[in-house]
Amino acid sequence: MSKIGRYGEFGGQYVPETVMNAVNELNEAYEKYKDDPEFKAELANLYKTYANRPSMLYYADRMTKDLGGAKIYIKREDLNHTGAHKINNVLGQILLAKKMGKKRIIAETGAGQHGVATATVCALMGLECEVYMGSEDMKRQSLNVYRMNLLGSKVTGVDSGTATLKDAINEAMRDWCSNIDTTFYCIGSVMGPHPYPEIVRDFQKIISEEIRSQLYEAEGKLPDCVVACVGGGSNAMGAFYDFIKDESVRLVGAEAAGRGIDTDKHAATITKGSVGIFHGMKSLFLQNEYGQIDPVYSISAGLDYPGIGPEHAYLHQTKRAEYVDITDEEAVCAFEYLSKTEGIIPAIESAHAVAAAMKIAPTMGKDQILVINLSGRGDKDVYSVAKYREVDIDEQ
Amino acid sequence: MSNRIDDCFEALKAKGEKALITFVTAGDPDMETTEKAVLSMFDNGADIVELGVPFSDPIAEGVTIQKASLRSLNGGTTLDKIFDLVASLRKKTDKPMLLMMYLNTIFVYGKEKFFRNCRDYEIDGVIVPDMPYEERDEILDTADKYGIYNVNLVAPTSHDRIAEIASNSKGFLYCVSSLGVTGTRTEFKTNFDEFFSLINKSVSCPACVGFGISSPEQAEKMSKYCDGVIVGSAIVKLIEKYGADSIDEVGKLVKGLKEAM
Repeated sequence: MSKIGRYGEFGGQYVPETVMNAVNELNEAYEKYKDDPEFKAELANLYKTYANRPSMLYYADRMTKDLGGAKIYIKREDLNHTGAHKINNVLGQILLAKKMGKKRIIAETGAGQHGVATATVCALMGLECEVYMGSEDMKRQSLNVYRMNLLGSKVTGVDSGTATLKDAINEAMRDWCSNIDTTFYCIGSVMGPHPYPEIVRDFQKIISEEIRSQLYEAEGKLPDCVVACVGGGSNAMGAFYDFIKDESVRLVGAEAAGRGIDTDKHAATITKGSVGIFHGMKSLFLQNEYGQIDPVYSISAGLDYPGIGPEHAYLHQTKRAEYVDITDEEAVCAFEYLSKTEGIIPAIESAHAVAAAMKIAPTMGKDQILVINLSGRGDKDVYSVAKYREVDIDEQ
Repeated sequence: MSNRIDDCFEALKAKGEKALITFVTAGDPDMETTEKAVLSMFDNGADIVELGVPFSDPIAEGVTIQKASLRSLNGGTTLDKIFDLVASLRKKTDKPMLLMMYLNTIFVYGKEKFFRNCRDYEIDGVIVPDMPYEERDEILDTADKYGIYNVNLVAPTSHDRIAEIASNSKGFLYCVSSLGVTGTRTEFKTNFDEFFSLINKSVSCPACVGFGISSPEQAEKMSKYCDGVIVGSAIVKLIEKYGADSIDEVGKLVKGLKEAM
């Protein structure tokens, strides 16, 4: 086992030989630029003037009173440009791609948030962009498909396998193998071969750094608990990372339990998965006894992934973070609850974190603080939640 | 411990021949067809056969082998059933056979049990397209322990890593002809003189070229650069088209390929 890019036994670089040099090249470029003052200043400026950072840390008074436990703060990543945390990573990676002289960007997307963020930044920087998206997800998130087209990107549907996020990643990797010289693969989560899990985490860790300083200003102390949803795990890694060293801070990831973890319709990788090697990394995966990757399911296209980033697998193994399961029903209830209680419509992905917080907050003391990372806004999910509730909102 | 792959290349060298290595996805569309196809390929001039172990998410494969993998998995193929197929084939042929498979299949099966089975069922080597040289320690010790060769791959993009990979290879070195995934190609953009001059400077075993080679003309041209040619998708396409009735067609293609080399 190589020592490169490891989190305990997890991580590594399990990619076809054709892309190995590109992975090395990316690693060299990242090492060169990550501490470069000019690169950092450029990125900081984009965060501030384009992405609308820092995102607000909002005290949810009505929710706090209603749940009757910990004080609840909401980190408003939903207020970023493009409506989710994804822009943090995309700005960083595409700035890096430009420095590397790449002309074409490819990306995979599940819910469409990473695809939209990638299409947006490619428009901003004048780069060619192609986004791979499972054809099943294209149906669930047709609004985001249109947004990507509007932003000048090509969206390529993927029909193989379950026609969801995992298959979109397969196809993006195949494209990368074929166009390695011109093309930069902008991965949307803390997954894939090293250095991607590290790069994506580093571009997302600004979330936890801001939570720390904003909460210190508001309350003069650390949070007691930080809750985030976990698919591949980028918003959770961003929300956790700066607190890993603070052992008093409880870190909770909310996985998609779909129709329940005892059915075959879920995406609860940490709870039900086992160690495997796939998509460039050793991590936990939902798979059968022969290592065939299982089809997974969640109402949320962004959490509908059979693996998880290797650093999460490590945080789970070392018990530094805990992971809980949230069903479709619980997520939809939380989606409605936050809308009615605080006037904030969360992304269905983020609603999994809200649902977990609704269970945890009442068990905590009134002097304690719980932070929910609200990774995205829910406009894109209104249609599918209406459908879930059997409300017909189709235009006549 | 001697390995059939070494013996095969030595015998070919003595005869002044190049190796023809052919591929089929095991269990596509069923095990009986695979068994007949393998025997037909050997009868018609294949020197070595790669059996593809189907994986749910084969990221290094083009559409042809993706679909073959799916057909095979839908038919209930498992690694254990492939070992049974190998047992049956070994009653009829003593030629080298390798498994081409994704690393997760070995990892989840358990590498100790996997390579012990390879030895017991008389598989001679493995090709793992999603395990680069840098991660070879994942299986190398165990493969060595049971005398199974792990075939290294190099690609036109391997550049300055070619020397180290080529000089630490056993069995044969799998030279990937061009960028991209498996599948037939009408033309190659790679500068083969340059690519093979780098390889031949340091290679410690025979070098064979694969990815995209489908016709006798291509096989003839490519065999000039190295010690053998690997053909996969072109054969799998015939199986896709003719199913259980593909054996004669497969034999005909293999015969034509070998005669051209």
